[in-house]
Amino acid sequence: MPRPVQFNIHPKPADPKDNISMADAPDGYVGEGFFATKLNDVVGLARKNSIWPMPFATSCCGIEFMATMASHYDLARFGAERLGFSPRQCDLLMVMGTIAKKMGPIVKQVYLQMAEPRWVIAVGACASSGGIFDTYSVLQGIDQVVPVDVYVPGCAPRPEAILDGFMRVQDLVGHESLRRRNSERYKKLLESYGIQ
Amino acid sequence: MSLNNATIKARLIEKFGDQVSGFEEPYGMLTFEAPKDMNLKVMQFLYDDGELRFQFLTDLTAIHYPDKSGKELAVVYHLHNLADNIRIRFKVFTDINKPDIFTATQLYSSANWMERETYDFFGVNFVGHPNLKRILNVDEMEYFPMRKQYPLEDQTRIDKDDAMFGR
Amino acid sequence: MPETITHHHVKLPEGSIEKATITLNLGPTHPATHGVFQNIVELDGEKIVSAEQTVGYIHRAFEKLAERRPLYQITTLTDRLNYCSAPINNMGWHLACEKLLGVQTPKRVDYLRIIIMELARISDHLICNSVVGVDSGAYTGFLYVMQYRELIYEIYEEVCGARLTTNIGRIGGFERNFSNTAFEKLEKFLNEYPAVLKEFENLFNRNRIFMDRTIGAGPISAQRALNYGFTGPNLRAAGVDYDVRVHTPYSSYQDFEFDIPVGATGDCYDRFLVRNQEMWQSLRIIEQAYRKVQEFKGADAEVYHADAPEYYLPPKADVYTKMEALIWHFKIVMGETEIPPGEVYHSVEGGNGELGFYLISDGGRTPYRLHFRRPCFIYYQAYSELTKGSMLSDAIIVMSSLNLIAGEMDA
Repeated sequence: MPRPVQFNIHPKPADPKDNISMADAPDGYVGEGFFATKLNDVVGLARKNSIWPMPFATSCCGIEFMATMASHYDLARFGAERLGFSPRQCDLLMVMGTIAKKMGPIVKQVYLQMAEPRWVIAVGACASSGGIFDTYSVLQGIDQVVPVDVYVPGCAPRPEAILDGFMRVQDLVGHESLRRRNSERYKKLLESYGIQ
Repeated sequence: MSLNNATIKARLIEKFGDQVSGFEEPYGMLTFEAPKDMNLKVMQFLYDDGELRFQFLTDLTAIHYPDKSGKELAVVYHLHNLADNIRIRFKVFTDINKPDIFTATQLYSSANWMERETYDFFGVNFVGHPNLKRILNVDEMEYFPMRKQYPLEDQTRIDKDDAMFGR
Repeated sequence: MPETITHHHVKLPEGSIEKATITLNLGPTHPATHGVFQNIVELDGEKIVSAEQTVGYIHRAFEKLAERRPLYQITTLTDRLNYCSAPINNMGWHLACEKLLGVQTPKRVDYLRIIIMELARISDHLICNSVVGVDSGAYTGFLYVMQYRELIYEIYEEVCGARLTTNIGRIGGFERNFSNTAFEKLEKFLNEYPAVLKEFENLFNRNRIFMDRTIGAGPISAQRALNYGFTGPNLRAAGVDYDVRVHTPYSSYQDFEFDIPVGATGDCYDRFLVRNQEMWQSLRIIEQAYRKVQEFKGADAEVYHADAPEYYLPPKADVYTKMEALIWHFKIVMGETEIPPGEVYHSVEGGNGELGFYLISDGGRTPYRLHFRRPCFIYYQAYSELTKGSMLSDAIIVMSSLNLIAGEMDA
């Protein structure tokens, strides 16, 4: 008896020509057998296409993130194939969902456990500003405890919006100066959060 | 399905006389109240009685009525007889200055967290509860947020115009 | 949070060897858990001696918020209870309001609601079951079915415009009639989904590894489950055929023919099988409901809300162009229409159990008190009993097979 299955049994032949996109090389001087460019650009290019996100999913937006990383929307296309659930290994903290005051110190601890350079996305209205929950128990935006790079609006944001936010982080990562993390301004920013 | 609201009411009055009072049937659910030190006796009777068999605690919560002096806090139990599929609502009232109520955890294991939640929100002190401490809010909290006099909003927020948000 | 490991020694009677137990902190954010649950487990080797749960990490004060909001604005809060099956919460809330307000809904509305509610149940169980797969090491099932969950979301989008937090419907019915596209998408789903579910079952049900991981993990007897206030698939897995849809039918569930699947031992495997069976039953209900909806012809097929102008919002086009409609819209949304005082408890069969709304109205514009009976919150307290004596890895799979939704638990 044939199995009553009609899905995924007609594999498509690989079509690398249109399905694989190559990252553009940074600006530089090309000549016979050499290519000269800034170290910044090369490092940025490498970093931005291999971001390891640390999903910090607490509520509704986390379910949309599950959709984002699953087969339909597939976050892996952006070089974030591996979700590290350990902060020690990750570059990008994605905070999705409401952060209650009880949870606030934990967000901060996870942030502290990450190694520099690290980036943060606040996904959804709750993580960005407390959202509709202007209540005694909810932290009014995670930027009260950790610095945030990109805010994704929506309640809950669609997977496309999360992807867009991710791509904006990629832009930031790609263009970041190697010296930024040592600058006075950055140190001041961290100090304002009480991070040494 | 022999069990109906009238039978339950008759059985309760037969057992407890005028200790149980305030019988109502809002939207078909039998509702009554008892003095607060009777709550366990009533529930034990409802649980053990061969006919009544209210052995499923659906819900447990409290309500704050600041204007009812001496009866500010109402603890509400929703009980369910799964065999005959009938629900009742049982209330006890207590003074907010001395909110001591006997715990139902010995009868229903599910009451454990529901009582902790009620304590967390309203400060009802469940006497005999094995582990009565805050469950949802942070331990350092000093007030019981669901009481009517406390504000809803986060008080640290400065970017909102109070007049526009009805504070 | 990292695992903090502390050693302390337990003195045993003379003559026995000295044993040490380890305290391991799992969560609130831990690689192996999803959602914010903290469990402090006491381990003897790899066996769990005791477990203590802490909840409240996303407590959002729903009940306090609800005391400030008119009825319509509370719908958005219910979305965020069990966000995997938001439409059931929305409709449960609307049904509770209708009970208070005395609004009668036409049959067609009931059937349309049932279609949406059962779709929501499928998407809820689908997430839960596929995540049980992930936790036992089978990522494939998750990646496979998430693709087809999108089909359900597309139907929601066609009906209400949103995917996850749907805010679907109105008191008395729906905002607008289902479009033909919505029905086409529903047909597509009904055609494609059974094969997917079959494949999903083939992947797991008789899979040796999966069976070994789940059979006997976290069992509970019917007696204990009832005492712990279990409802929904978890109670049915323990062998009690309690289903709100059958016991207290709402929204015309009595017109449908479906079975209540029950398990025997209440372990993870039974919970998994019960949820799978429920998806088949939901499909059956949707098919029946769709047939019944198609039987409405002519003017009857245009009915999508109850005739309750005091509570049902006027059409949006009128709100933008007509003064009276705008005034009504404003009055309804701000809760200025007549709301009778009363005390209502209404429950629906949510994704993970009996979702109850205990609403007390004093006739004001907002509820005097609104309490949600959240099934997760009530049955999660059994967790320490479920995991006692089992292995550490079972603790993880028990947690995911209970279908714990942090948003619903902490409210």
